[in-house]
Amino acid sequence: MGAMDDRFATVDELQAQLGSHAYLADRGLATAVHLALSLDKPLLLEGEAGVGKTEVAKVLAGLLGRRLIRLQCYEGIDASQALYEWNYARQLLAVRAMDASEAERHVDDLFGPEFLVERPLLAAIRAGSGAVLLVDELDRADDEFEAFLLEILSEFAVTIPEVGQVVAESPPAVVVTSNRTRELHDALKRRCLYHWIDHPGLDREVEIVRARAPHVGQALARDVAEAVAKLRSLDLAKLPGVAETIDWANALAFLGADRLSPGLARDTLGAVVKDHEDQELVVPRLAEVVGERDG
Amino acid sequence: MADPPLAEPLEPLVAFGRGLRARGLPVGTGRILTFVRAVAALGLTDRLSLYWAGRVSMIGRKEDLAAYDLAFEDWYRSLRSTEDLKIELDLPSLARQGVEWEDQPEDLDVRAGKTAAEWHGLTEEDEAPEPGDEAALRIVASAFEVLRSKSFADLSEEERDEVGRLIRALAIALPEQRMRRTRPSAKGARFDIRRTLRRSLRTRGEPFDRAWRDRRVRGRPLVLILDVSGSMSPYARALVQFGYAAMAAGRRVEVFCFGTRLTRVTRILRTKDPDRALQEIGRTVADWEGGTRIGESLKSLLDGWSQRAALRGAVVVLCSDGLERGDPDLLRLQMARLGRLAHKVVWVNPLKGSPRYEPLARGMAAALPSVDVFLSGHNLESLSELSRTLAG
Repeated sequence: MGAMDDRFATVDELQAQLGSHAYLADRGLATAVHLALSLDKPLLLEGEAGVGKTEVAKVLAGLLGRRLIRLQCYEGIDASQALYEWNYARQLLAVRAMDASEAERHVDDLFGPEFLVERPLLAAIRAGSGAVLLVDELDRADDEFEAFLLEILSEFAVTIPEVGQVVAESPPAVVVTSNRTRELHDALKRRCLYHWIDHPGLDREVEIVRARAPHVGQALARDVAEAVAKLRSLDLAKLPGVAETIDWANALAFLGADRLSPGLARDTLGAVVKDHEDQELVVPRLAEVVGERDG
Repeated sequence: MADPPLAEPLEPLVAFGRGLRARGLPVGTGRILTFVRAVAALGLTDRLSLYWAGRVSMIGRKEDLAAYDLAFEDWYRSLRSTEDLKIELDLPSLARQGVEWEDQPEDLDVRAGKTAAEWHGLTEEDEAPEPGDEAALRIVASAFEVLRSKSFADLSEEERDEVGRLIRALAIALPEQRMRRTRPSAKGARFDIRRTLRRSLRTRGEPFDRAWRDRRVRGRPLVLILDVSGSMSPYARALVQFGYAAMAAGRRVEVFCFGTRLTRVTRILRTKDPDRALQEIGRTVADWEGGTRIGESLKSLLDGWSQRAALRGAVVVLCSDGLERGDPDLLRLQMARLGRLAHKVVWVNPLKGSPRYEPLARGMAAALPSVDVFLSGHNLESLSELSRTLAG
């Protein structure tokens, strides 16, 4: 139960704390995080690319002063890449170096801690409530792995036959993200609290840009956020996320702009619209997206 | 369920959970308990807190959010009127109890337990053969030769049932896809140092017996995109049954229907038998008799990013007469996108069954450059041809 942290007695307080770490969460997300911590449940975050799902875990780790342990999922990931693995090459060398007559006695040594390669999940179990475990883009892994993860998340214990059982004294905080390229299994979802992160509203997005890129002026930040909001209303195949908004504002600030103009937008469009067909759609409408202004 | 002394104040909360379930949302007892604990943990019962506590703990899919919002609105209003809002007791004690990890009463969701069991032990020693591997192409009854060549549009009610049965008997083979994940294999391409070492312990550390792994193969997903506008419905019906058969054979199948708009019907198909599914689809797909806007429907399919992912590497079967009411250029563009994303695009056009047919319709002409296989699919015989084509 150690995950309950007295510093966040209320949702408002957590929201303020997240804000002071440059993460502007809305009430829903703050509630979700608060509940995940106080009920010791994993938090499943879904939302379009670039709305700041991964960032939640990073900020939370900073906020709680815990270690962030990240498990990036990909197609084909399995237990040996996620949990632990023996260092086979080293074992093989050790076997070679053994005195043949004493081999039987040495076999146990082969499975000692020095041959164990720790992967993120084992690291998280060992660290317990001293860690925030981020399982990133779980939808990329295949469903066998999801089942395996479900087991780990329900027990926070693992049995390594040669070593014995490793149990987390208190479970780490867990954040799972998914881009919804496929539907996650119900059994896993039931284990988690769920929050869908939407694109932020205009004012909030301006605040986010200002918080994340403090050197970007207020006027430019607003111009960029307004333009991105209009881009999202266009019929694009890939909608720009908050991450793109920040990138774009950064790029413009780097070029020394203090307001956004159609010309500047065309030159820097690649920072925000990253699909060729989308760009073709946007370029002729830049005046409308950005609004006429001398730049 | 809950502790006796708390039962009364909990009632409205539990009732909300049950109400969601009654509206068809997948809310099991475990989730309702989580909701109760969440409210307790927040210690607040204002509207916003209740809203978020419920949404975060009882909803697991973006699609269900709209239904949740409605249900919450109703529930909250009912709460007001009956002055039921005496939840503000000292629930926090409840938050502290039963916060173990192993506390989900799964009484309502037996299926989940079964699936978890199926999943078990798959991490390492999964050498069991995949079911349906020996899927060969065959049609069960030769006594129904007549039915084989009769167009779906001309079938009587009984014949239709019979043909439906035959379609389901079609063993559907799909091309395979090599996965990144490996499995033990007698003559694989990769050296399996882990097993080799384990075996070598039996021979005093001498690795006599080498082990290998190979990449797994999996059937590619099948995506059916069916035109259900007026004239096409008998054919769409047959293809829905076809999709059902593929699903029953353990394939990954997605089914979409369109007339003027696109609707995903996979979920309906997964839960019901094909006949009831067809009825259900008829109810869900509002524009069963409307016109055809293939280009726009495809576009909405390709723009929905989670749906687009389902198309990647898939075998896509599009069934339509190609009589496009929308802009043929849009259709051309969307077909090109589809062609880039999918492994193979098959266009099934029942009009092709007529010997005099030529693909002159503007829509059809625009689509053809991006189509890998063009088939008729108007009777059972051509459906088994489709099934053969899919395997290739």
